Amino acid sequence: MTRQTPSERLARATLIVLACLLTGLFLILPLVTVFAQAFAQGWKLYLAAIHSPDVLSALKLTLVVAAVAVPLNVVFGIAASWAITRFDFHGKQLLVTLIDIPLAVSPVVAGLMYVEVFGLHGWLGPWLDAHNFHIIFAVPGIVLATVFVTFPFVARELIPFMQAQGSDEEEAAVVLGANPFSVFWRVTLPNIKWALLYGAILAASRSIGEFGAVSVLSGHIRGRTTTLPLEVEMAYNEYNFTAAFAAASLLTLAAILTLTVKKILESTSGIHAHAEREKDAA
Amino acid sequence: MPARFPRTLSLLRRPSPLPGFGLSLGFTVAYLSAIVLIPLAAILLRGLKGGWAGFTHAIGTPRVLAACQITVESALLAALLSAIFGFLVAWVLARYRFPGRSIVDALIDLPFALPTAVAGISLTTLYTESGWVGRFLEPHGIHIAFTRWGIVLAMSFVGSPFVVRTVQPVLEDLDRSMEEAASSLGASSWQIFARVLLPVCLPALVTGTALAFARAAGEYGSVIFIAGNMPMKTEIAALLIVTKLEEYDYTGAAAIAVAMLVLSLTIMLALNVLQSRIQRREGKRG
Repeated sequence: MTRQTPSERLARATLIVLACLLTGLFLILPLVTVFAQAFAQGWKLYLAAIHSPDVLSALKLTLVVAAVAVPLNVVFGIAASWAITRFDFHGKQLLVTLIDIPLAVSPVVAGLMYVEVFGLHGWLGPWLDAHNFHIIFAVPGIVLATVFVTFPFVARELIPFMQAQGSDEEEAAVVLGANPFSVFWRVTLPNIKWALLYGAILAASRSIGEFGAVSVLSGHIRGRTTTLPLEVEMAYNEYNFTAAFAAASLLTLAAILTLTVKKILESTSGIHAHAEREKDAA
Repeated sequence: MPARFPRTLSLLRRPSPLPGFGLSLGFTVAYLSAIVLIPLAAILLRGLKGGWAGFTHAIGTPRVLAACQITVESALLAALLSAIFGFLVAWVLARYRFPGRSIVDALIDLPFALPTAVAGISLTTLYTESGWVGRFLEPHGIHIAFTRWGIVLAMSFVGSPFVVRTVQPVLEDLDRSMEEAASSLGASSWQIFARVLLPVCLPALVTGTALAFARAAGEYGSVIFIAGNMPMKTEIAALLIVTKLEEYDYTGAAAIAVAMLVLSLTIMLALNVLQSRIQRREGKRG
């Protein structure tokens, strides 16, 4: 470290204070507001709001949707990163680019896309309706929307990670006669488990919180197609602020939990630091 | 050595002893098509069904044009604010060690983790007349909630982590010897910043700002609560899509969606080109 002049020390202190102040105003204050509003009418009303049938059924649906969407994208993430990092094939760069598309699409547009395919005016809508199978304004639509918005999360964690690890260990296992299943189960999976968990946590967090895409496809039927973020919106628009912020407090706790687990994973297994460096070096 | 190579050998550039190429690539392409590509094609076809004339007719109404203008202007301003805030925080996190640093570092990702609807109602509550921040601003005639500034605020909130997370690793990896050399040659702090640091960080800063812009332009959940949603004044494009859908105007909704898709996919493509240029340049240098 070089010795700092007084003016450098002043600049340093100013910048640190400024960054902390802005972070506090911009990021911490909205966080505190959620809990302040949720508890504004006291504990009893907060607990009553959380225990209301609307919030409970919304919470249940939110968890069910995440429980379907995240495993689907975990399977996809593993398949995509296996193909992309273990083989050299034509069109690989295009495939990597296409996987990122959901990150660039507005959630509302994502919802609309499925309306165009599965809605009554869409491609498959009339056929589905004739067979009494409902996707739009029903739970399958909510799942689809959630799958779309969390689509690249696992793949994007795994691809740089598996690229950096290389395929030597797996090739050795194959040469030594391991079957494909045990190569994956005994060699690949133990190596990628933390990166996989990291991606799955990001996907789960986004699943639980998705609003725009789900909003377009849900139909807002209380007790049936309302997820927790939609319940927040509906209660807020009915001026039931305690209920809105009580539901929001659950989502905020989930967000804080996500950030904490992410931080722990980053510092104990060092996965993301590693992946970041690889991405820059690549 | 395994005797059989995957059937899809023709796609492979190099043979590999590893199993599962056909299965993993096949599943990847099928899943990608079902979830992303086919629905994307559906909306593009619907939006362009009436040809170019139909598209411009649907887009050309004053209300749609106003919504698009408000969205793009607000997103540009928000991206700029995110860039300033993001660069400052990335710098402080990369260069300084201070108490509470890891908390600030973890909080940066909050807008990624916090559901947009929660951010929306929380920011609205803060910036209305009776809110913790609004009560100090309103007496001075500064109105944030239910104005275009509210849109910009919500968009900056969701966009800021993109800038921090793209610039921070570059600043952390930066070789300090360049700055020390500049300093020993008599450069002022400002000169070092403008002539040494900024050129190195610029690609990352541009990437982060463009990502923040793309996210802001498509943002819905956090904006609709604070915007007020007055047609022609504070109505964003994403909300207008929802409104059109509720009025069963599928073609109108799809046309706006196509315009938004063109904007965001162009940004994505441009960033890909930028990224590969940087990699090629670094490859040459290395």
